[in-house]
This record gives sequence, structure tokens and C-alpha cells, in this order.
Amino acid sequence: MSKPTTIPPKAKPTEQQKLTVEPAPRNRLRVLILSIGAIMFIFPFYYMVIGSLQKEADKSFSGVFPHPDNMTVTNYQEINEAIDAPRSLLNSTVFTIGVLLCTVLFGILAGYALAVMHFRGRTTVLSAVLLVLVVPFQLLQIPLYVLIVRAYGLGDTYLGMIIPFAINSTAVFIFRQFFLQLPRELFEAAHIDGASELKTMLRVAIPLARPAILNAVLLTFIGPWNEFLWPFLVTKQQDMQPFAVALANYMNNVAGRATNPDGANMAGGVLLAIPPVVLFLIFQKRFTSTNIGSGVKG
Amino acid sequence: MATVRSAETERTTERDRESAVQPVEKERWLGAQPIGLLFITPYVLFLAAIFVYPLIVQFFISFKDYFFAAPGATVDRPWVGFQNYVDVIQDPTFQRSLFNVFEFMIINVPATVFLSLVLAYALNSKMRGLSFFRGAYYAPYVTASVAIVTVWLFMFGETGLVNTVLGSLAPDPSWLINRYWAMPMIAVFVTWKQLGFFILLYLAALQNVPKERYEAADVDGASTVQKFWSVTVPGVRPATTLVIILATITGMNLFTEPYLLTNGGGPNGASVTPVFYMYQKGVEQGQAGYAAAIGMILLVITLGIALVQRRVLERD
Repeated sequence: MSKPTTIPPKAKPTEQQKLTVEPAPRNRLRVLILSIGAIMFIFPFYYMVIGSLQKEADKSFSGVFPHPDNMTVTNYQEINEAIDAPRSLLNSTVFTIGVLLCTVLFGILAGYALAVMHFRGRTTVLSAVLLVLVVPFQLLQIPLYVLIVRAYGLGDTYLGMIIPFAINSTAVFIFRQFFLQLPRELFEAAHIDGASELKTMLRVAIPLARPAILNAVLLTFIGPWNEFLWPFLVTKQQDMQPFAVALANYMNNVAGRATNPDGANMAGGVLLAIPPVVLFLIFQKRFTSTNIGSGVKG
Repeated sequence: MATVRSAETERTTERDRESAVQPVEKERWLGAQPIGLLFITPYVLFLAAIFVYPLIVQFFISFKDYFFAAPGATVDRPWVGFQNYVDVIQDPTFQRSLFNVFEFMIINVPATVFLSLVLAYALNSKMRGLSFFRGAYYAPYVTASVAIVTVWLFMFGETGLVNTVLGSLAPDPSWLINRYWAMPMIAVFVTWKQLGFFILLYLAALQNVPKERYEAADVDGASTVQKFWSVTVPGVRPATTLVIILATITGMNLFTEPYLLTNGGGPNGASVTPVFYMYQKGVEQGQAGYAAAIGMILLVITLGIALVQRRVLERD
């Protein structure tokens, strides 16, 4: 990751400088609270991994710890055969990348225009962005289903999955906030040098916006990857279902026939959880409060 | 909303500054940079296609006896006026679903506000292992509900770990199939899962609490707990408003968790949520008109909440 040199992204300096808001650290109480919390947050993940490796589901207290003689990978084989893991992970990937590309492309264009350009209707669009932020997609599921699946026949297609998520008003907002922070002189200098608006955006603004883009990508990634309701409505054929949908259907309809249904479910859960968790562990430092805060607070 | 107002003022000041550079373009009817319209077009088109148009469609079919027929068949879908709305409001399952959401919020909203603020406060310092703790709290937030549900079903099942530990204290029937416990369990699950996001919001807000106030409290000899109540809590009040509103909107949208954790509606509809009911009526039973009416009612409720948000935020 290139370090932004000229424009400090809000996150880094504030994180470093202001973290010690409270001068006298009562660290024992702090650590105690944090540790109890952390155990409650991490334990289910640990238990999911352990449970996914059990030959026979061991729900007793000693089942919390791994027993070598009760360990197996058959649960993973079971889930792989039942829902064709590579295929459904591929579907998840296509769905997610499609949404990401649209979100970043349209988000940057709209965020840039709303931040640095003046044109008729700008305030109207800005109010629309704010309105869309409060109306959740779920409440429009019926007309979207009627239109996309029934009227346009896009059921069981990637396009049908991606379209409702193609624009993301939160991302538009994050980009707008970021471009607003850039000094105006940069754009003016580019204009004086004769650069067009498109060139200014591509050559000046976007290179500076890399941290914001990475943040938007990370935040957007978990949306489609974890999304259940919409792909569940759109996909009936199993070979088109993203992993989350395939796993949910397996849990509800098929798992009972497996030798260790809980183990198979959790093996699926582990597979579904790995990509976002790993991504966030890698990029944790970049995933900072300030960016989300500015996105939501406006 | 506050942002709109600030955008207004910011536009005039920017224009003035800009007029020094490009005095002629100020006069253009489409604005100084009409090309901005081109940049914004994809967003506006998609907004029209996946928000405005579906909203209009939802509005119209909510006044029709609209149901799904076999593909290709022409069926009569007569206007029924407000009949769908009357039916929905009198529908005991719909009323039950609103009550369930209310029950959910009673637990979820205060727990979310309290726990995320306390944990953000504890995380807001330089200390060893900080990134471990942060990672731990964000993990559920970034993980799919579907994935986590698998282990919750395992832990809270009839013979699951939780009941093993509780022994004779375990509820009968077990948590997720118990009509008193089903909805609170969903509330606990969602609180736990979303807490990381709200911790992030509070961490951002904590950066804006002036350091001097803590120092003043130190001079007055306030304890950590006193400082928390008298400096931190008032200092992050705008964020608290936001957290309350966002948590409430999350409650209005519940679908995945009741569907998977309690197998749909739970025992005797104990965990039916409005969005789940909308899905059941519209997609499973094909009564799209009826489901659209549910959608419109929920939209009105959600926008009502957003209006409250606007009021409260502007008061600050």
C-alpha cells in the first residue's frame, strides 16, 4: 500500500495523536472489560472451527477442546459435495466483484461530481443520496422481485443479483467526503494547466483517493459476500447460488441427512467466514473509525 | 438534514472563490461545470431504475389484487383500493410481527448503545494488544449471519453447550424454539453481531470529545466512572442519536436471522418479522399486492423514524 504523502488521510494522524484522550489509564479495569468482551466475541468462532472438525458432534463441556481421536475433515467433504463449494464460492466472487466494480466506478464519479463540480441539480441529487441512505433495500424487495425476476427474466443470472446493489449511496458519501477534503488549489492548478475535468479526476483526484477507495472496497466487500435475502430471492438453480444462499438452503433442507449435520453446517460456516475475516485481519489498520464516521455523519 | 444545509453554504463560498478563476462560466444555465451532469448520470439512472421506479411499482401494486401467475398467462389484476392496507392492518400475524420487532428493539437498542459505548471507551487508548481486541470486536460484524448462525444453532440447541452448562436452569423448550426466548435470542444475536460497527462509530465520536473536559474533571477529582458519565456520555450524544436510529432501522429490516435461527416464524409466530412476513406473503404465497402494502406501511414507518432523526440531529 502506497503511503499518501501530500494529503494526510484523516484517519492516520487522528488515530495516532488523539488516542490517549484520557490521560490517566486505569488499565486493569479496562483490560478486564475488554478481555471478557473479547472472549464472548471470539469464542463462537473458535467453537465453530472445533465443531466443524468433529467426527461426531460433541456438545458436552469437554467438546470445547479438540480431541485428536474425534477429529476429521469429512464435514468439509460433505458440504463440498452437497453444495459444490468451488462453484458457489465462484458465484459469490462474481457477485461480489460485480458489485464492487459498480460501487467504486459510479461512486467515484458521483462523489467527485458532488464534491468539486457545480452543475444544475447538484443539491437535488445530494438530498436524494441522503434519502436513499435511510430507505432500506429490503422494503422494496417485492417490486424489485416483480421487475427483475418476473418482468425482465433476470432470475438465476449474475446481472439480476448485481443490479440492485450496483449503486451504493454510502460509498458515494464516503467518496464525496474524501474529495471535499482535498484542497481546491489542486484542481485549479490542473485546470490552469489545461486539464479537462475527466483528466483532473483521473490524474489528480483518484491517485490521492486510494485510501478512501480501499476503505470503500473493504466496506462494500462484506455487503454482497454476506448478503442473503436478495440472492436467495433471485436464484433458484443451485449452480447459480452464492455460497451464503447455498449453505442456508443446505441447513434448512439437506443437513438432516448428513452423518454429523452440525459439523457439516459449521464447516460451511467456516468456509463462508474465512474470506472477509482474513481480508479484515490484513487490512485492519486501514479499516478505521474515522472513515466510517465521516461516511455516516456527513 | 444538516449536511444539506452545509452543502448549500459551501457551494456559494466555493463559487465565489472559483469566480476569480473562471468568471464567465458562472453565468451558464447548467452551472459552472455542466460536465458534472455527465458524471452523475449513471448514479441517477440507477437510482431511477432500482429505487424510484420500484417504489412507484410498489405503490401501484399495493392497490391491486396482484398475484403471481404462470409465466405467459394473462390474468386480471383488479384495483381493490385500500383493501390490501385494511387487510394488512387487521392481520393478526402482521400485528404480531410489529410487536416482535418492538420486543426486539426494546432489547437490542439499549444493549447496543450501552455495550458499544463502554467498549469503544475502553478501546480508546494506547495499550498492548489493542489491535487484537479491535480485531475480536470487528470479527462478527464482517462475517455473514449465515455463517455464524451455524454455530449458534449448535450452541443453543436442545442439548447444546449452553444448556449443558446451565444444567437444570436451561429453558424448556430450548432457546430458539421457546416462544418466550425466540425473539430475545434474535435480539442478542444481532446486538452481538452488529456491535463492532457501532463501536467504530463511537470510536470516531470519542475523538471529538475535547481533552480539556477530561482534564477539568481530573482537577475536580472525578473517578473514571464519573468521568464516563459526566464527560464521555454527553460528549458523544450526537453519535448516540445516530446509533439509536441505525439500530432501529436494522430492527425494521430483520429477515435473515429469524429465517435461519428460528426456522422462519418461530413457535406460534413468536419471531415473525415484518420483512419476513412480506417475503412469506409475496414470494412464497404469491400475493404480491398484499406484500407490497406491507412494504409501503413499513416505508412510512421507517421514513417517520428518519424524520425524527432529522429533528433530533438539527436540534443539536
